[in-house]
Amino acid sequence: MLFGSALNSITTIARLVVEEGEKGHGEGAGNVLEHVIDHTVIHLPTVLGVDLSITYHTIFMWVATAILLLVLPAVFGKRRMIPSGLGNALEAIVVFLREDIIDNYLGKDGKRYEPYILTVFFFIVTNNLLGLVPGGASATSDISVTATLTLITLGTVTFSGMKKYGVIGFWTGMVPSGIPVVLIPLMFVIEVLGLLAKHFALAMRLFANMTAGHLTILSLIGLIFIFKSYIIAPFPIIGATAVGVLEIFVAFLQAYIFTLLTSVYISMALHQDH
Amino acid sequence: MESIALAYLAAGIGAAGAVIGAALGIGKLASAAMDGIARQPEASGDIRGAMILTAAMIEGVAIIALVVCIMLTIK
Repeated sequence: MLFGSALNSITTIARLVVEEGEKGHGEGAGNVLEHVIDHTVIHLPTVLGVDLSITYHTIFMWVATAILLLVLPAVFGKRRMIPSGLGNALEAIVVFLREDIIDNYLGKDGKRYEPYILTVFFFIVTNNLLGLVPGGASATSDISVTATLTLITLGTVTFSGMKKYGVIGFWTGMVPSGIPVVLIPLMFVIEVLGLLAKHFALAMRLFANMTAGHLTILSLIGLIFIFKSYIIAPFPIIGATAVGVLEIFVAFLQAYIFTLLTSVYISMALHQDH
Repeated sequence: MESIALAYLAAGIGAAGAVIGAALGIGKLASAAMDGIARQPEASGDIRGAMILTAAMIEGVAIIALVVCIMLTIK
């Protein structure tokens, strides 16, 4: 609710920019906003306080899932010694993730978490890139999607920690050893809050980065409508193109950071001694 | 009315402070990492991984500060 209204205040600013433009030249201004605001496409009833309506972001999340479900089995379904084309590109990514993240941070436990980490990476990167397609939207610029992904990560982290150390052992093991007895309750609260804050930042980072990219493009294009001049138009367009190129990089970087931090948090839960 | 204006002012100043801190931290981190890569190019992979991880930690603190600022503007 909180971040929904925060996003609303941001989109109000965006709408002001566009309304200003509509007074002037108008056409096409609405398309700029498509990227940022989530529209409800099909209205569905509210069940137990949860609005089940299908929105633009929901549809593009399904599109991303469909792309992954169609492309990945087609590429990796048959076992081939020498992959070709797209298989080569995807295999390079998978090998990079496996060697750079999973083996590096999880070691011999990595095999069990590999499916989850690779799934999360490909889901996030597909969603991020869909936001750059004209007319598309990225579901990861919605706080509820990133929060859900983070909740799954939090569940994986706490569950794997509790599986290794036992339910009580995991929670008590979070307190560092060798501190005065008086400080133990305080340290326990701080460590639990720290665990939650880390995952909260994980959700906010992905959400903020994806929304910020779209808002930057929006405000650059909005400059044309503010100045109401064709002479100024080339500069925002060059700027928006440059931001678009940067967005491609950010799409991969944020997916990489999300998966990196996921495996770091899992490894921190598995190795509590340091 | 006045208290709302003060809250907006506080949010602006707070966001500026958080950004200054994060920029200083990430700048210092990146300069050290570049130094390390220049001295030892063969360790660039390890250094890059550690740099991104640490930058993400600094960014996390900055994001929490910015969320506090956003809460100031909407409450």
